[in-house]
Amino acid sequence: MAKEIIRQAVSADGTRTIQAERSFELKRFFLQWEWMLVLMLILVNIFNISASPNYANVKGILNATRDFLDKAIVVFPMAFVLMLGEIDISVASIMALSATIMGVVFQTTQNMVLAIFAGLVAGTVCGFINGIILAKFPELSSMIVTLSTQIIFRGIAQIILETQSISGFPSWFQQVAAGKVGYIPYALIFVVVEALFFAYLLHYTKFGRRTIAMGNSVTVAKYSGIKTDRTKIIIFTMVGLLSAVAAVYLASKMSSVRSDVAKGYELDIIAMAVLGGISTSGGKGRILGASLAILVIGYLRYGLGLINASSQIIMIVVGILLIVAVAIPNLKGSVGQANWIKNLKRMFIKQKN
Amino acid sequence: MSDYILELKGITKIFPGVKALDNVHFSLKRGEIHALMGENGAGKSTFIKVITGVHRPEEGEIYLNGQKVVFKTPKDAQNMSIAAIYQHGTTYQHLSVTENIYMGHEKLTKFKTIAWNKMHKDAKALLKRLGSDIDPRSIMGNLTVAEQQVVEIAKAISTDAKIIIMDEPTAALSKRECEELYRITEQLRDEGCSIIFISHRFEDMYRIASRVTVFRDSQYIGTWGVNELTNDELISKMVGRKIADIYPKQQLEMGDEIFKLEGLSKLGYYKDISFSLHAGEILAMTGLVGAGRSEVCQGIMGIEKPDKGSVYLDGKKLKIKCVKDAMDAGIGYFPEDRQKQGLILDWGLGDNVTLATLEKFTKHTIINRKAERQKAKELLEEVKTKALSVFDKASSLSGGNQQKVIVAKVLNSDLKVVILDEPTKGVDVGAKAQIYEIMSSLAAKGYGVIMISSEMPEVLGMADTILVMKEGRVSKIFNDCSNVTQEQILEAAMNV
Repeated sequence: MAKEIIRQAVSADGTRTIQAERSFELKRFFLQWEWMLVLMLILVNIFNISASPNYANVKGILNATRDFLDKAIVVFPMAFVLMLGEIDISVASIMALSATIMGVVFQTTQNMVLAIFAGLVAGTVCGFINGIILAKFPELSSMIVTLSTQIIFRGIAQIILETQSISGFPSWFQQVAAGKVGYIPYALIFVVVEALFFAYLLHYTKFGRRTIAMGNSVTVAKYSGIKTDRTKIIIFTMVGLLSAVAAVYLASKMSSVRSDVAKGYELDIIAMAVLGGISTSGGKGRILGASLAILVIGYLRYGLGLINASSQIIMIVVGILLIVAVAIPNLKGSVGQANWIKNLKRMFIKQKN
Repeated sequence: MSDYILELKGITKIFPGVKALDNVHFSLKRGEIHALMGENGAGKSTFIKVITGVHRPEEGEIYLNGQKVVFKTPKDAQNMSIAAIYQHGTTYQHLSVTENIYMGHEKLTKFKTIAWNKMHKDAKALLKRLGSDIDPRSIMGNLTVAEQQVVEIAKAISTDAKIIIMDEPTAALSKRECEELYRITEQLRDEGCSIIFISHRFEDMYRIASRVTVFRDSQYIGTWGVNELTNDELISKMVGRKIADIYPKQQLEMGDEIFKLEGLSKLGYYKDISFSLHAGEILAMTGLVGAGRSEVCQGIMGIEKPDKGSVYLDGKKLKIKCVKDAMDAGIGYFPEDRQKQGLILDWGLGDNVTLATLEKFTKHTIINRKAERQKAKELLEEVKTKALSVFDKASSLSGGNQQKVIVAKVLNSDLKVVILDEPTKGVDVGAKAQIYEIMSSLAAKGYGVIMISSEMPEVLGMADTILVMKEGRVSKIFNDCSNVTQEQILEAAMNV
């Protein structure tokens, strides 16, 4: 009906055509950030193959993923948080608290299924708390709020478990991390399905589009009838739930839980998302990029482990990678459409002014 | 020595596409209070920015004490003893009064550290001189608007300003606070300062000014002694223009009442707003900037929830908690600030058009992007957006075209009532006419249209009903607009 009105309103003067499709352009296709990540991934794998002869086969490459699948699980919801222009640095503490709750429930009931359920609920509640605080007090920055809850969640875990560890989980539980279909770990299948789900959620649904809109401008989103508070709460709760899932995987991998598990994981998780081209100021990025970045950082860490590099060296390498990742797309324009080759030139070659 | 401390001759300032000042003259005598008046958008603010060196005029000359000067930066003007106190305070709300007064010219000890004690003492003395006992250590944000203004005046005299410009200083003051401001202003004059006093309030002008200059539509109308003019003469000088025939207003039979407000109030913003709207009616809400028009509409939309009052649509009372509720009920809002509220500038046009109405393109939770783009293309073509493709970024369009994109966005939802907040602000004449046509045909189709506007010709040209707001209240409703004049509206908006 509205359409009709406008036609009448402006039919007096000529018509104008606006393209609704755009043709494929080779240049634009190859200027996508994901190609840079593919290149990095190839370099990292060449390095790994030269470091260890045992690595260069399907089994080795797939097995190596188990090293970083716990982080990978949280990267996708973290990408949503970053898309909003927010950040969540409490994820590692949520993992610790969920693992702790799971351990304690198992110790008292000896019921592993119930324990896992309790752990998932605990993580979800933690994420919900983050979300509700941020929605109700929009003037607080997510950096500060999740820094606080990071300390609180970890503190609670430490009060419950102190320095003891809980183990003795049933043998089937170890299969969560160790189990495989052929060469493929169960957890890898889970992460692939998760990645597909989040890609669908971000790029194909209303929810994803609204999330991106909020990351660009909360005000415009609000004026467009988007329930911004609700979206924020859902996303932070999602982070909590998946942190708890990661905690279950971690507990299975280590066959024990302690209150200090997953320390420092939040940095790797955020690094993976950011290297993947998810803008920390919100509104830009793709799940495909984040997925590739998980592999880049994950395999890089694994490879540096193969040559027995110290953890400090690993941190330095990841740090440098991150600065490059943040600098290149932010020098000009947006990730995905940014001309990263031009920006690389700008970084390293002095410009005439 | 010249009679005039400041003279501006033939000032022209051009912004892209707009002449903000067109061959404007102004002269300020030593030790006088000179009122500068004109409607919203007459060019007063731009004019001040020329005097203070914020904008450089394309043409014209500025004389200070009979000497020609050129201000390259605001600092130049400051060095020439010119200070301005702006309508929207430029104070640091979290800093102390002393810090605000001495910002940029702090006093130092011999060790080059800040001489706090001396500054506090001097600040105290300055404030005392103005007859105020504000504690210089208190935080700016805790002071009242009137007190903050006194601090700004103190800041101006702390730089030894000889020419002080006050931009609508009384707009937010109570009667008694105004008296206090008059007293201070007169004191400054007696101490040898020359003051340019900008105000919408006639009482200000009659109370303290000796001469008045009127601007209209970016042009200089004239300068008179305050006693040479009657109220009516002054108003007609401020308004005096013919309404061009760009208003395609159709005479319509109004339908039933579809929308009603009852006693809508929000503390500190507006009070007891009630009106009703019929199908096919265009209701213009007008009044001075800051009278609370936009706030009322944001209250209707649930952006800033009102404290009291109710909204009825088709006789049913609405419960609006957020924008979504209002949109679902059938009320659409076209925001005033297109860049901050209306469009995601980094996005393509297509995505912007469909953002508020994604559910129309969603099937089995997946957005049908092809249908979405097609719809956006159709809508954009029909509002004659100058763009090549729906992937063009919104930031690449001109103001008028951005406005059209928002029109497309708002009209893609199924509405009964459309609220347009300053729809033609900053838009060129051609686009304006198109927006008026759209408005007119909306009414013809039986929508209720609420238009917030500060532009008198547009209000008179388009509205069936004119609602004038003043200081958060309904000042007057003109139900029959055939004989309403601009003077009557301005009178209701100012209550002279």
